[in-house]
Amino acid sequence: MSTAILAQFMAELLSGRIRLVDLTQTLTPEFPTIVLPPELGQAWPFRIEEISRYDERGPAWYWNNFSCSEHTGTHFDAPVHWVTGKDQPNNAVDSIPVENFIAAACVIDVSAEAAKDPDFLLTIDFVLAWEAQHGRIPERSWVLLRTDWSKRSGAKEYLNMAEDGAHSPGPDAEVVPWLIRERNVHGFGTESIGTDAGQAHHLNPPYPCHYFMHGNNRYGLQCLTNLDQLPPQGALILAAPLKIRNGSGSPLRVLALTPRT
Amino acid sequence: MTDAAPKPKRKNPVARTRLPTLPPASRSRAALGLARAAAEGRFEMQACADCGAVQYPPREVCGSCLSERLDWREVANGGALIATTTLRHSNDAYFRERLPWRVGTVKMDAGPSAVAHVHEDCQEASRVRLALKLDRSGQAVLHALPAEDTPNMNDSPQLRETHCDPKHRRVLVTDGRSTLGRAMVKASLDAGAATVFVGDPATWKADAGFDAFVASDPRIEPVALDVTDTDSVDRLAASIGAKVEILINTADHLRDGGVMHARDVGLARDAFDVNVLGLMRLAQAFGPTMCFRAADGTHGAVAWVNLLSIHALAALPARGAWSASKAAALSAALTLRAEFGGAGIRVMNVFPGPIDDEWEQLTPPPKLAPSAVAAAVVRGLRDGVEDLYVGDVAEELRARLRDNHKAVERELGG
Repeated sequence: MSTAILAQFMAELLSGRIRLVDLTQTLTPEFPTIVLPPELGQAWPFRIEEISRYDERGPAWYWNNFSCSEHTGTHFDAPVHWVTGKDQPNNAVDSIPVENFIAAACVIDVSAEAAKDPDFLLTIDFVLAWEAQHGRIPERSWVLLRTDWSKRSGAKEYLNMAEDGAHSPGPDAEVVPWLIRERNVHGFGTESIGTDAGQAHHLNPPYPCHYFMHGNNRYGLQCLTNLDQLPPQGALILAAPLKIRNGSGSPLRVLALTPRT
Repeated sequence: MTDAAPKPKRKNPVARTRLPTLPPASRSRAALGLARAAAEGRFEMQACADCGAVQYPPREVCGSCLSERLDWREVANGGALIATTTLRHSNDAYFRERLPWRVGTVKMDAGPSAVAHVHEDCQEASRVRLALKLDRSGQAVLHALPAEDTPNMNDSPQLRETHCDPKHRRVLVTDGRSTLGRAMVKASLDAGAATVFVGDPATWKADAGFDAFVASDPRIEPVALDVTDTDSVDRLAASIGAKVEILINTADHLRDGGVMHARDVGLARDAFDVNVLGLMRLAQAFGPTMCFRAADGTHGAVAWVNLLSIHALAALPARGAWSASKAAALSAALTLRAEFGGAGIRVMNVFPGPIDDEWEQLTPPPKLAPSAVAAAVVRGLRDGVEDLYVGDVAEELRARLRDNHKAVERELGG
């Protein structure tokens, strides 16, 4: 039975009736990393140095060394990333059960609201209104926030820094525990630099998406792109982080499988 | 009176670029005592500890009593210009390209007579000031200058061979966002720089003050430059590398923290990435083109400035990781000086004491105003020195390191 399903799945993929969408930003040195006060420890941006390129350093081969933090570029947040998730079982990228790397996704489009207000916060009411139109969020589903933030070109636009820090959309402090308690979601994903809003340090608790999601052993995805190519419901997400011992997250390739419409 | 150096003509893009040549560089070991003085802009001569005679040129023994007890000491730099001549022929490739060249004999107030390069404003049989200057080979040479400053005297072609005046030159300040970087940009503009490229390591940062500063002078050209990103450095060098005549590396990563009690090497790594590897990335990307352009027109590539710290020479344990990075940067800079030597490009290392910026908030005074450091750098370029100690703290530490480096070590560690 399963063999037949897999064969059919491959056939659907090959025929193009199931479409693969790449939700990943290219890793480049200029892609921004999260900005913290300069006296705190900092996440390394992506850096790359050539080892050789068919030259005296290695005549027939081209390769690079690269460095970055676990939270650089399009990346996965494991529960251990936040202090609230530190005692959860299987909370690091190497111990998360591999089944959890495939899950359905609901894509909530707030791009119009975010265009008007970069500090837009997703609320329970907004989700209920979305459900009224697109159906209830199924259990164990990613909730991905489409803001079109990935279309902002350059670090300045993307980070959207003002004198009082970054301004980018995210969830409010009520909707996150509600999504966990009432919808048992798998995790939360965004196009911006973090799963929380740019000004989320002023919310209660600060950084509620990190606080509640990881405190309940759920996951995060950020710096996603191409969310505008996904249906509100019906896409499957493949998001498998690197297997770093006790890793708090990792850059990764995030792929979506969507029915061609 | 010296004519003001004219603004350089626009380069003919299809003309061959003249390659740099150097004046004769070989010196006896004793004569290198002159280089030590010239490097810091001092006027020192060899003096005999037994008979007191001051001698020039430097020798292994005293010319009057044969004693080997020779010291170097600062002496009066006045003298009388006895005779001059103007060379119109030379078999040396460097001087051939720079003829006519004026030389003369000076009877020094300190005793000896010396043959010196003579400034065009000096009158024969008149009083002159002698200065030890580094030539394009990096060796000390005597220049006779007018007793009093004359208009545009620094623009005389012979004297220009010894200094690195930013006037009419294009300058790259690698980090123009820092307090010191901004002051360096301003000082370069005030010195008459034709263009100042202002490196911006954080183009995403919202800072209305910086934006206004960048817009304040049409000669400022902001450029994205993050010295920790090889690609960023390479891209910038590919676009403006052939326009940079003076590179002033202000990029710095200053944080508190020692060695043993740091939680990790993260801070040290960040400091080394900016202060040491950043310097190397810049050198690899910009250095070769600067070498190639060292004799390009009247205002070729001329100088590379490293903003180090006096703590490159004496570790400050409270900032142990940073001090180590500055010491490593100094070592790299010395290699760079050797590598630039063949092109005659001056590497000037600047050793300031604490600078009054946000990272020195808790450092008690005296602290240097960033503008004072920047002014000293411009002065250093105009004087053609290669080691520049800026401020009381730096000068005192420098003197005490010579006197008893162990005392400095104990006191900074206390």
